[in-house]
Amino acid sequence: MSEHAIAPLPTPEPSPVAGATDGELTGGWTGAVRRSAVRALPPDKLLPDTQPKHVASWIYVFGVLTLAAFLVVLGSGAVLALKGPAWWHVSAVGHYFNSLHLWSVELFMAFMVIHLWGKFFMAAWRGRRALTWITGAVSFLGSVGTAFTGYLVQQNFDSQWISTQAKDGLNSVGIGAFFNVTDFGQMLMWHIVLLPAVVGLIVVLHILMVRRRGVVPPIALRSASAEPAESTVVGSTVVGSTVVGSTVVGSTVVETAPEEEAAR
Amino acid sequence: MTSHSLHAEPDPYSFGSRRYDLVKEFTIALVAVLALTFVLAAVFSSPDEKPMTIASWSKADPGDFTATALAELDGSSGTASYGPPYNSAADGQKLGPLALAKAAGVTHPIDAAQAFVLGPLAAAPQGPAVTSALSTYNAASADQQAKWTGAYSDALTKANNDPAKVAASDTFGPVPVLLGRLLQQAQTGSLDGALLSEGGFYQTDYTLPLLFLADGSDLAARADAQHLSGDQWGMMNETGNFPGQAWLWLYTFWYQISPFNSSDNADALVWGVMAVLSLVFVFVPFIPGLRSIPRLVPVYRLIWRQHYRELQQ
Amino acid sequence: MMLSKVSAAGAAPVDLNGPGHYVHWGVIQVSVANLVVVGIMVAVFILALVLPFPKGRGRK
Repeated sequence: MSEHAIAPLPTPEPSPVAGATDGELTGGWTGAVRRSAVRALPPDKLLPDTQPKHVASWIYVFGVLTLAAFLVVLGSGAVLALKGPAWWHVSAVGHYFNSLHLWSVELFMAFMVIHLWGKFFMAAWRGRRALTWITGAVSFLGSVGTAFTGYLVQQNFDSQWISTQAKDGLNSVGIGAFFNVTDFGQMLMWHIVLLPAVVGLIVVLHILMVRRRGVVPPIALRSASAEPAESTVVGSTVVGSTVVGSTVVGSTVVETAPEEEAAR
Repeated sequence: MTSHSLHAEPDPYSFGSRRYDLVKEFTIALVAVLALTFVLAAVFSSPDEKPMTIASWSKADPGDFTATALAELDGSSGTASYGPPYNSAADGQKLGPLALAKAAGVTHPIDAAQAFVLGPLAAAPQGPAVTSALSTYNAASADQQAKWTGAYSDALTKANNDPAKVAASDTFGPVPVLLGRLLQQAQTGSLDGALLSEGGFYQTDYTLPLLFLADGSDLAARADAQHLSGDQWGMMNETGNFPGQAWLWLYTFWYQISPFNSSDNADALVWGVMAVLSLVFVFVPFIPGLRSIPRLVPVYRLIWRQHYRELQQ
Repeated sequence: MMLSKVSAAGAAPVDLNGPGHYVHWGVIQVSVANLVVVGIMVAVFILALVLPFPKGRGRK
């Protein structure tokens, strides 16, 4: 042992962490945003590597198919933007990218509607998922509007007809006074900037909400002898009695906990 | 009635879980959609019908062009008599008691006679005949102008819109000279550019040339031949045999039935109906009856049949 | 008088330019193209519901 033993390093001060142990919340606004984001969507909820076992139907693939088609729409649109709106009329490559854009939109709308049919029949808004439904519905309506502006900026006979017809509908309720479908420049900017940004944002929120709440559990089956459970579901009250097959009983629909699930 | 409970649905993982690769699934979906899109685009391509120009219109159908130009001059064309947002010639449509169009106002003012006829004529260098015809017309009273255009309109109609077949007459005043010169300008192609650049050198607003084309009959005739007219469910359709916008089926449906197909306020009424239906669609989770359909039409039993079977075991 | 003009890119393997085909049923008028698209969508929806889903695999 040398006289000049190396002095041990001083213990470093603990670095400030989220939700500091002394009870004081640190980090100001940044810390607060970080904490609420992590609380709402911890990493293994944001990118899980498991899924509920009841997710066992091909109907479940149409959400991701819609998302994939959306990205192809954006990508093909981006290529069209490289050479400007007149390119596809004078170039075979440009025309092919226009075709990619058209067919990816058809696929996008088709997958989205099939996804919508599935989600409707699953009553996927149950269990605090109303906002998931709402953002999905608004995305649909926004997509219809975005597609509409797309048809307007083709710069061909179709655009001429669609714009001169659509103007009447929009003018009739005063919207045409501010949203001029015969103004190519305005329609182009709505189509490639404003609407994709807004629709894109709503789609992101929609997906985050699915991650946050998880995939909606199956509608609980019940028999005539099922007892009402303590909890009821917002948004699934059936007024009046209806009998479908032999198992659905009318009056107030009540969701039973899985342990109380009556046999079919 | 509903009662609110914090965790009314069981946790999604209550029934067990399995390993699952989210990112891999997304990648597979993206590759599949890309492949499908590449194939569809290669096999079917996309439609690109060439636009109608004022030059092509006036060359193919000088009679319709002349009749339309006359209608712009005398205030009877679609644009001239439209109302807001182009002018105050009418009040615009009403949605019940709401005069929304009028409230929004004239934000894109168009003086049809000036924009489509007198302006383009004055802006181009003209020979003495046209120059004097222009100053005669501009100096005359509104009543006198109406007499001239009215007389010429009658004669033109009698001659099946063929200006060549209309014998000269003093009752027409300078109108035939003006319209004849405008037709020539149109056929050379200068009217397309002139109407576009009335707002300045750099323009992206095609309102004037488009409204002029739409005021004539040929654009509509070409659309009708392609099943694009309003009474043909045209909103859903595309030119040729291409799929169109099938998702607009409900919007265009109303125009096919009474009372919409005969109402002056059809557009506003349809918008009102669609606005209500859109709100209903967005707020389905809160609408009694509608939100119960999934339970009443038990597609869910198909979707989750594996799960229900496992629960029974 | 139909003035359809073929696209600049020329004929695709399946040329959908040309007179459109329509189905009439009372007040309803649908293009064959749209009918095919919607028909495929309904068929795909039904298939998605009834096709057996592989058990125990990791894929959704």
